[in-house]
Amino acid sequence: MKKVFERPASLRAVPTHYCSGCGHSIVHRLVCEVIDELGIREDVIAVCPVGCAVIAYEYWDFDCSEAPHGRTPCVATGIKRVHPDKVVFSYQGDGDLAAIGTAEIIHTANRGENITVFFINNGVYGMTNGQMAPTTLIGQKTSTSIHGRDITRDGYPMKMSELLSQLPGAKYIERVSVDNPANVLKTRAAIKKALKCQMEGKGFSLVEILSPCPTYWGLSPKDACRRIEDEMSKAFPLGVIKDA
Amino acid sequence: MGKITIDRNACKGCGLCAINCPEKLIIIDESMNVRGVHPAKFTETDPEKCKGCKMCAIMCPEVCIEVYK
Repeated sequence: MKKVFERPASLRAVPTHYCSGCGHSIVHRLVCEVIDELGIREDVIAVCPVGCAVIAYEYWDFDCSEAPHGRTPCVATGIKRVHPDKVVFSYQGDGDLAAIGTAEIIHTANRGENITVFFINNGVYGMTNGQMAPTTLIGQKTSTSIHGRDITRDGYPMKMSELLSQLPGAKYIERVSVDNPANVLKTRAAIKKALKCQMEGKGFSLVEILSPCPTYWGLSPKDACRRIEDEMSKAFPLGVIKDA
Repeated sequence: MGKITIDRNACKGCGLCAINCPEKLIIIDESMNVRGVHPAKFTETDPEKCKGCKMCAIMCPEVCIEVYK
């Protein structure tokens, strides 16, 4: 028998700190699989965020940098401008990208920086115990919206991908999810396309990934995946949003 | 005909492999691993049903499944 699936070479063989059923580790693996497939392990530089994925550099066996909260696109911009031959990507959560880093991501996209952003959207601040994020769904209960998100008090879930797609600098934006094997494979294809977009010098690319957070949604991993299909992908429709 | 191996002590017991196996060949073990969770376990009753489709490994967040075909 031949081995047909194993750990990608650029993903270190260490246990992750993520909770059981977390989507982050699936996306970590997909990023490594694509990097190995494209053969760019020596040329890639990742910028890790603040949030659950803060120690992603412990798991990725390629060059990584770290940035202050929300500022990964800025650090990635700097690295890319100094090393235009490298493949630079920023990995961010929804609290990082859509709250504290809103200005940074919008201006990075508007400048059309030739970097790639992987945006993990799970609708809560996972690292700090599940507070409401800008992407929390209407009516969703979190530790800072105990009766559910109320639009009169908290506003609407922010659709960052649609927002960024309005900017001419953004070239490729797609929203995917990791709730079932078919969608995981679509996510892998989107990650590959985004990195290729950068390697071809087209400009800013972003992949938004709807990811389960069973711990702070208060659901089992199975129900968390079902919630993405039933509720989250209704509020955040999947598909290519911009491909210029 | 396929086969999978599960790294029992790396498993966090989320069960995403078990719910996505089309043949339902993965069960959650009754005994605990070193993490103190009930890990996934490949069936012992009819392993020949495994087609090596990789659905389990594609969903496994901890990359603790290897697939052979």
